[in-house]
Amino acid sequence: MKTSVERQVVLPWNQVVRISFNSIKARFFRSLITTLTLTLAVAFVAFTWSSYDMLNSIWPHANTSLQELITSGGYEITEKGFGSSPKDIWLAILSVLVCVVGIVNAQLMAVTERFREIGTIKCLGALDSFVVRIFLLEAVYQGLIGGISGSLLGILVATLSLIWKFGSAVLYYWPFLQMLATMAWASGLAVALSLIGVFYPALVAAKMQPAVALRAEE
Amino acid sequence: MYRDEAHNVVRLSEVTKVFRMGNNKVEALKGVDLTIKTGEYLSIMGPSGSGKSTLFNMIGALDKPSSGRVFIDEVDVAQLDAYELAWLRCRKIGYIFQTFNLIQVMTAIENVTLPMVFAGMNRDEYTEKGMELLKIVGLAERYQHRPSELSGGQQQRVAIARSLANDPAIVLADEPTGNLDLTTGEEIIFLLKQLSKERSVTIISATHDVKMLNVSDRVVWIRDGRIDRIEDRDKLKISIGEVA
Repeated sequence: MKTSVERQVVLPWNQVVRISFNSIKARFFRSLITTLTLTLAVAFVAFTWSSYDMLNSIWPHANTSLQELITSGGYEITEKGFGSSPKDIWLAILSVLVCVVGIVNAQLMAVTERFREIGTIKCLGALDSFVVRIFLLEAVYQGLIGGISGSLLGILVATLSLIWKFGSAVLYYWPFLQMLATMAWASGLAVALSLIGVFYPALVAAKMQPAVALRAEE
Repeated sequence: MYRDEAHNVVRLSEVTKVFRMGNNKVEALKGVDLTIKTGEYLSIMGPSGSGKSTLFNMIGALDKPSSGRVFIDEVDVAQLDAYELAWLRCRKIGYIFQTFNLIQVMTAIENVTLPMVFAGMNRDEYTEKGMELLKIVGLAERYQHRPSELSGGQQQRVAIARSLANDPAIVLADEPTGNLDLTTGEEIIFLLKQLSKERSVTIISATHDVKMLNVSDRVVWIRDGRIDRIEDRDKLKISIGEVA
């Protein structure tokens, strides 16, 4: 008598959403560290970019003395406005690169800490793809939280520092729509960075034989 | 779920396992043949380093043998793809570990129901069954507790409830009493024995706990990666008597 082995093992998306959300919530302080890396990275990029946005929106309305004050403050203007010089672009790219390394490191640690947990859920019948899906969704949550908080922080600090340097005219010409756009793409960037960071460690963890994952020290 | 008595739930044939550690090869298993029948309570005994845990991993389809074959319910595990292996681990086999291995961030009930989530049960079904299982192991009123809020014995009870989630044919226990004190260990052993009787589950445990012997139908002694001897229960009492 031969008993057949079936293939049906499922993990519906609403369960993935629930499991990964609870996991972030329960590990609040641990995930805060990973999220903080993202927050700081995005805050820096958002700070730089929103400063340029504000300068661009104030420049046409500024009188000569304010324009002099701005250019003497170290900001370079080209025919396309502020923030488009090669130096500015390099600065943004480099800051993102440095962040990627930090985030990969943080995620690698976070996933390594959970090898035992991964081995256990594989013993309970999880497929490799379940493990990857749970980790990717956790990374998306962290990316969103880090991205939104980081861009808010960056924009706030940029606005305050420009007001301090150039006066309340900054607030008068505050480019609301551009700030929203900055927030949106900075949050998108954070999610992307977070996913890049978690993808490799999650894949390694998911592919481990359960016996090997269970042997890992907690 | 019902099978004739002669049915072999697990069969190992010529199983070897070699671990590579740098340039050294360590032979953890040197050719093991073993047949386990449905409903048996089998203990695998042996000192640490004898290959006990490796054998446990082979039976549980948690690791691949270097050579030889492992059959679970007469299905060759080596022939299964990832989906079928996951199905097997989910529905056919329940695992209990020395270190309990509960998911730390989940409550008792969430831990117990996780295998049922993977098995595609709906929320009402798995919650009801999860509570039922927690009741059987005597922890129904602690269902909302996290593992860190439970004692070792209670954590192992949750792990036992979890192992029974999808009515497996086999429950594999790797040193289930290894991290527990004497009395708690005894309670866990009796709970396992009782469950094997009531549910006619095959229980296979790797252990070096002598208390395990009293409840076992058969004991497999492992030494140095080989089966040293296999003893039935009746003969066992005599040999223990001699030791005592």
